[in-house]
Amino acid sequence: MKLTKTLLATTALTVVAGTAVTAQDMADSMTLVSWGGAYQASQNKAYVDPYLANNAGVSATWDESSAEAVAKLRAMNEAGNVTWDLVDVVASDAMRLCDEGLAMELDHDEDLAAAPDGTSASDDFGDLIVSDCFVPQIVYSTTFGYRTDLVPAGVEPPTSVCDVFDLAKYPGKRSLQKRPIDNMEWALYCDGVAKEDIYPTLGTDAGVEKALAKLDTIKDQVVWWSAGAETPQLLADGEVFMGSTYNGRLFSAIAEQGQPIAMMWDMQSFDLDGWIVPAGLPADRLARVMDFLKFATDTQRLADQAAYISYGPARASSAPLVGKHADLGIDMAPHMPTDPANASNVHIYDYEWWADNRDDLDAKFQAWLVQ
Amino acid sequence: MSDTTHTGPVLAADGTPLKRSLRRALRAQKLRALALIAPLLLFVLLTFIAPIADMLFRSVENQITGKTLPMTVEELRDWDGTGTPDERVYRALFFDLFFAAEGKEHTKLGSRLNYEESGISSMFRTTGRDVDDMGKVYQKAFKKLNPAFDEGAFWYEMMSGGQGAEGNTKLLSNQIGRLEMLETTTFKGEIGFVPGAEIYKILPNTTRAYTAFAAFTFFMKNDVVAEEDPWEAVYPALALDLAEPATVAALADYQGPGAQELRDAAAQIDTLPPVDMKAAFAESNKDWLRTEYWQVIKAYSPPYTTGYFLNAIDMEKTPNGIALRSEDERIYGILFKRTMFMSMVITFSCIALGYPIAWIMANLPARSANLLMILVLLPFWTSLLVRTSAWKIMLQQQGVINDVLVWLGLVADESRLVMINNQFGTIVAMTHILLPFMILPMYSVMQTIPQTYLRAAKSLGANNWTAFWRVYFPQSVPGIGAGSILVFILAIGYYITPEIVGGTTGTFISNRIAYHISSSLNWGLGAALGSILLAVVMVLYYAYDKIVGIDNVKLG
Repeated sequence: MKLTKTLLATTALTVVAGTAVTAQDMADSMTLVSWGGAYQASQNKAYVDPYLANNAGVSATWDESSAEAVAKLRAMNEAGNVTWDLVDVVASDAMRLCDEGLAMELDHDEDLAAAPDGTSASDDFGDLIVSDCFVPQIVYSTTFGYRTDLVPAGVEPPTSVCDVFDLAKYPGKRSLQKRPIDNMEWALYCDGVAKEDIYPTLGTDAGVEKALAKLDTIKDQVVWWSAGAETPQLLADGEVFMGSTYNGRLFSAIAEQGQPIAMMWDMQSFDLDGWIVPAGLPADRLARVMDFLKFATDTQRLADQAAYISYGPARASSAPLVGKHADLGIDMAPHMPTDPANASNVHIYDYEWWADNRDDLDAKFQAWLVQ
Repeated sequence: MSDTTHTGPVLAADGTPLKRSLRRALRAQKLRALALIAPLLLFVLLTFIAPIADMLFRSVENQITGKTLPMTVEELRDWDGTGTPDERVYRALFFDLFFAAEGKEHTKLGSRLNYEESGISSMFRTTGRDVDDMGKVYQKAFKKLNPAFDEGAFWYEMMSGGQGAEGNTKLLSNQIGRLEMLETTTFKGEIGFVPGAEIYKILPNTTRAYTAFAAFTFFMKNDVVAEEDPWEAVYPALALDLAEPATVAALADYQGPGAQELRDAAAQIDTLPPVDMKAAFAESNKDWLRTEYWQVIKAYSPPYTTGYFLNAIDMEKTPNGIALRSEDERIYGILFKRTMFMSMVITFSCIALGYPIAWIMANLPARSANLLMILVLLPFWTSLLVRTSAWKIMLQQQGVINDVLVWLGLVADESRLVMINNQFGTIVAMTHILLPFMILPMYSVMQTIPQTYLRAAKSLGANNWTAFWRVYFPQSVPGIGAGSILVFILAIGYYITPEIVGGTTGTFISNRIAYHISSSLNWGLGAALGSILLAVVMVLYYAYDKIVGIDNVKLG
């Protein structure tokens, strides 16, 4: 070992442009793909920076392309040149990538660290491992925020998702995501469909019509968003009274920017976000990325991430370790979507169902939008 | 001069006709010129034309069905499209799907067919997980009959026909070809197994299934065929073969390896579970019995399809032929019309706003004109996203314009104007963004119009308007033409501005193309929409050439 190092040092000295080979035959750079913004910053602080500090000579490059990850990976695969090493995607995209053979299947117990008490990784993550290719990191939710100062005088602040559809009680514009997912379910729920009947109802033509009819009642009061930053901005400008977005975005508008906005957790829609490893990486890059992945998804690292952003860690063993916000010093637990007080009435988003019906419902939804 | 009127060809000094000699001299020159631009030509071809052609080709390409389920497609040809296909089709499907599932290709076909009919995706996914189990039933049964059937070495010996047996290389190359087709690569090398010619005649299904296994084991898993236990698909194949009376007769004379075991197994064939693939598929997912799903598989089995283009014009394939989609799914017609209409409005707004500016710039002294030029170009150099977002701040209900109007008392606070997230917002923002593309060609054309013409017209008695309309304007038309083509073509392909400020009524067809390329991943439909857009541009360009004449367009 020592000899190798000395040799390497001499080589490095003599060959100026020489590339160092690490003792473990690992590549010395990684390309990580994420969403940018506060979320990527939390990843950087919680595990990328510490990992790089532990492994001198390794560098990490970010590519903020998670939103188009599936399309780009498919194109890279067809071109035969995958330049990414680790990609942060939502669960439904991970399933699609796994289905198409674009993501590598993992052995969660072997490739990931066990919990401190010895619980295996697959038990620690539990049901959140929705695909063999997927390592969940966080639980986030799509939920509503509203302007506290725009609540009509003498009226209680909104507490139910159905208040979104109640224009008489809460006048003003709403912002909703420009896609059928979540909106259709909320519409049916507020049209009196029981939670367990939502997907069976949505599977019928009559059910789709019913959901769209409910959305029709607020259609001219809706601003449709496609980027997660839009709703906080619309709320901050007072353009809309209430709007849906990712809970972490609302947290930063409320806690970090002090906007007069409040959360409405009712029927929040849980979703997962995590890593996938692209299929077909060369051995040295794969070795490096697996080493990083093991470190970045252990119990402590996932708990650390929660100090920077209000998304729940995906490991059960991380939950008790969630502490205070790194800069604001406030307790993070009550801001987590998984906190019992916030999760009293949640909407469980059905990946399988949407994987099948997405194309069809999207055509109908978009046609409804433009008409 | 007199000999030029001669009827014979004009001759050069060396006696060859002048025409030919001239052509030869020019050819060398042309070749040299071509050689000089060859790098650029190649670059454009490789990096621009070829990828676009490849992308557009996807709008008709549909090889995936035939590639993933070759035998099923073959068997489906005879199906009349009513009820469910018969057992033969399900058997072919089993072997196809098993092979595809091993290579993890079956879900791609599922996603492809799901674009046409919801639910097919999960049907392929769930059954892809179950095909192993469908085969395991027979694996266990054969193992119970004789443990030898569970040994890789025994199978290898039996299927290759033993040392020195005559091999069937055609079957082998067939199966390797199938694997190549599935994985879209080419494989080279000796796989260390050749199916026996004699055993193939007796047990055709089994030998085919085993050869497929051998090719997969060698090329995809890099394992030695002789050392591996065969995969589950060979057992139902063996059960099928042994159930044939002809096989039993042929086995009586068979002397090759495994003959005794096969004869014993054939004698006890009644103890095996009967091969009923239809039932097995129905048990895995009852959707395999749905007529409409099979109709989709059949309709989309040829290697080329018009399906994407039909979809792009709001039509679909039904069992009774081609029909319009139901009203609640029609979207592209509306979007194409809207894109055309709004692009025209934007082009005319650009002409109306740009013409006076270009005129002033062309008539001011150079110093002031340069200052104006900078003012025109400054927004041009600013990021597109910044300009679009700035319009958002200007136009929104709590924005600058509304605030000013409310402050002036022109608009009540409760009824602020809606100027964004609709067509109006898109037209305003895009007119602003595309304005420089109109002003620049107009300016460069107007600069070349001598001011003396206007003065001459006036001195001949024309009033200001007549002088402008009859003398100046016709000379500036080439600039308007160039600017309009530029702005219009840029506008119909615009995507980011309508996405941000367009809401639901101000989005373009390009927003849907972007959606299909990056989100729904229906690249075929995206390509079809793109091809239509390209065709429309070309038709408009042709019409423009016919009406105005493309020679009248000047960029400077």
